Amino acid sequence: MTEVLALEGITKRFGPIAANEDVTLHLDRGEVLALLGENGAGKTTLMNILFGHYAADAGEVRVMGRPLPPGRPRAAIDAGVGMVHQHFALAANLTVLDNVVLGSESLWRPRSDRTAARARLLDLSDRFGLPVDPDARVARLSVGERQRVEILKALYRDARILILDEPTAVLARPEAARLFETLRGMARGGLSVVFISHKLHEVMAGADRVAVLRGGRKVAERATADTTPAELAELMVGRRVERPVRRGRRPGAPMLVARDVRTDGLDGVSLTIRSGEILGIVGVSGNGQAALGALLSGLSPPRHGTVTLDGRDVTRHGPRDMIRAGAARIPEDRNAEGVIGEMTVWENAVLERLADFSVGGFVRQRTARRHADALIERFDLRGAASGTRTRLLSGGNIQKLIVGRGLTTDPRFLLAAQPTRGLDEGAIAAVHAALLAARDAGAAILLITEELDEALALADRMQAIVKGRLSDPVAARDADAGRLGLMMAGDWDAV
Amino acid sequence: MIDALDLLTNASLWAAVLRIATPLIFGVLGALLCERAGVLNLGIEGIMTMGAMAGWLTVHGGGDLWAGLAVAAVSGALMGLIHAMLTVPLGLSQHVSGLGITLFASALAYYLYRLIVTVGESPPTIEPFRPLDLGPLSDVPFLGQVLFAQTAPTYLALATALLLAWGLARTPLGLAIRMTGENPHAVEAQGLDPIAIRIGAVVAGSALMGVGGAFLTMAAFNSFFPEMVQGRGWICIALVVFASWRPGKALLGALLFAFFDAYQLRLQTAVEGVPYQVFLMAPYLLSIAALILVARRAEVPEALMTPYRRGER
Repeated sequence: MTEVLALEGITKRFGPIAANEDVTLHLDRGEVLALLGENGAGKTTLMNILFGHYAADAGEVRVMGRPLPPGRPRAAIDAGVGMVHQHFALAANLTVLDNVVLGSESLWRPRSDRTAARARLLDLSDRFGLPVDPDARVARLSVGERQRVEILKALYRDARILILDEPTAVLARPEAARLFETLRGMARGGLSVVFISHKLHEVMAGADRVAVLRGGRKVAERATADTTPAELAELMVGRRVERPVRRGRRPGAPMLVARDVRTDGLDGVSLTIRSGEILGIVGVSGNGQAALGALLSGLSPPRHGTVTLDGRDVTRHGPRDMIRAGAARIPEDRNAEGVIGEMTVWENAVLERLADFSVGGFVRQRTARRHADALIERFDLRGAASGTRTRLLSGGNIQKLIVGRGLTTDPRFLLAAQPTRGLDEGAIAAVHAALLAARDAGAAILLITEELDEALALADRMQAIVKGRLSDPVAARDADAGRLGLMMAGDWDAV
Repeated sequence: MIDALDLLTNASLWAAVLRIATPLIFGVLGALLCERAGVLNLGIEGIMTMGAMAGWLTVHGGGDLWAGLAVAAVSGALMGLIHAMLTVPLGLSQHVSGLGITLFASALAYYLYRLIVTVGESPPTIEPFRPLDLGPLSDVPFLGQVLFAQTAPTYLALATALLLAWGLARTPLGLAIRMTGENPHAVEAQGLDPIAIRIGAVVAGSALMGVGGAFLTMAAFNSFFPEMVQGRGWICIALVVFASWRPGKALLGALLFAFFDAYQLRLQTAVEGVPYQVFLMAPYLLSIAALILVARRAEVPEALMTPYRRGER
């Protein structure tokens, strides 16, 4: 085994916060290394230093034994380092070939040699099993295809070391499995791969070796053959993480009732959620979950049918009236529909109930900030003050803000759409605990999720959503993963 | 009405179209180059004024006509450099900076002019670019008068349009400029410097705007006076949208606007009983109509007006 990459004592500070502290890492030829850590552990920063997006405050990067000048992506590319960014660095309005070729030719050539470039791209795509259409506009491609383009970009520049930042965050499970197969093949062909992840199962399945980062420091390094997911989870979080357990509780009276609702995307949906109960809606995404969420947050009134909340008709209620009637929501896309990233934490915390925090048309800032401080304390928002701009928080902390905002009002009904999507273990446990606490306090909760584990852990009853229709409910004690799988596939007679 | 239609077969109308279009072609290409790299340049109106003054001043001071164009280009580039420094590395508002450049450059041009020409004096004229005589070509009936009897800068404008269209579409540098306007992060990730590319594009685009302004003093009016750009810069900004950020369509748009303008000038005298102000308005109204029809399908560079900061998303 020959060493291709070495990071020695890398330290990087942003203001007073150390994103990386004295991190040392080695990578051999033909090896797949996973960089495991929670959100904010410093994984991305470390890889950005390696690629030259940032210059380290201390430490050295060596590629093939030669030191890399800091802060220059070009030098990293020339040394054979390729990076696949989490937010793809692609121009959507240009073609695949344009995106791949950029930067590979001298800028002062009078003409770009497209024939040779196309042949080379097709050859690489063939050799590594990454099919793409060179003339397709990137905007038309699926996320999986875009990721292939990103990998091909690196290969086109003769990358010997491939870095992937959370490569599966945007992929569906089968796509993710295929990606790891491809990466394995590349490693067998002599490339070296580093991928960043916070998902234990893919680290175990995809990597030869794993380095665990916590709080900017490397806390452990293991061969995947010699470790277990439980050990890695503990190393990653720094303590034992256990998701909270649902205890039995006798539900109360029906709180939210929908009868034969039809909208764009829902085809005759009826459901009942009782107070003190979590109803889980499981299903493959794109089967009407978004429409159900929009209906119950008051964004799209139904063509047909009725919705009542605590006996009162709320069928025609808009979002504001829904909130006044005692509903709260955790929207599916937290950045688009949950918070306004450019506004501060306290502004987002009171945004849904501005009337409660203003007098005569003026916002009572001090009260609002106190409210936000209490929320930060109670829901453990790390790295946040009431005046922090919200987009600077990690995904997990933004989600805690949204959950906290919904729950501080003691809602009668809570809509939780994909509440833990993209979160790390610690944040998932926190969100689960908050939902269960709200249930025990008497709220009626609708949990829309794709994760069967999540539905089984939280929900008292479950229904599957398929093509805009709901199956009959199944009680938690009668449900298991196999039965839910059949229900999600639409095979309702078999269960 | 017969008169109005007769005008369309008149060679002098079509010759005027090319003449009126020339400053617009330079201006719209300059604005387009800046915007393809992701920077809106509202300094254009002032930069054209500056170019008009600088070109005139050079020739007035005894310089060659071509030296005048070069000085106009450099003065435009300098103004563009200020805009680029404010909006690219510093990431300030492109609107505010652009309007500031327009106010600053217009005032500076007028100030420099007043250092030479005192108030009350009639504006001194210069010996301008003359229509080229291309021998037998220029003698071809109709076509000769329209196409082969223009001044040199008009041909330069047409050549620039072709060059820019080719450059953006086919060269590695053109791709890098387009990519910078779409997603500067992608440019950085491929080892190029989006900041340098943006500054370069704004400086080069502003040089073109300067040349466009110089055409006014050096081939059209033969002298400089304040307010002579008369909103041509703003028209260019609109034409970029009309052209959907494509050089070929930008050329077409400039010609179309110039046609409206040349035609209305002649209609003012040919048609009686209609106030001439109606004709003056017409090119602008038709431009707005054309813009509405075309612009809905326009493909805006995705990162237009979004400042790029390293390491930030």
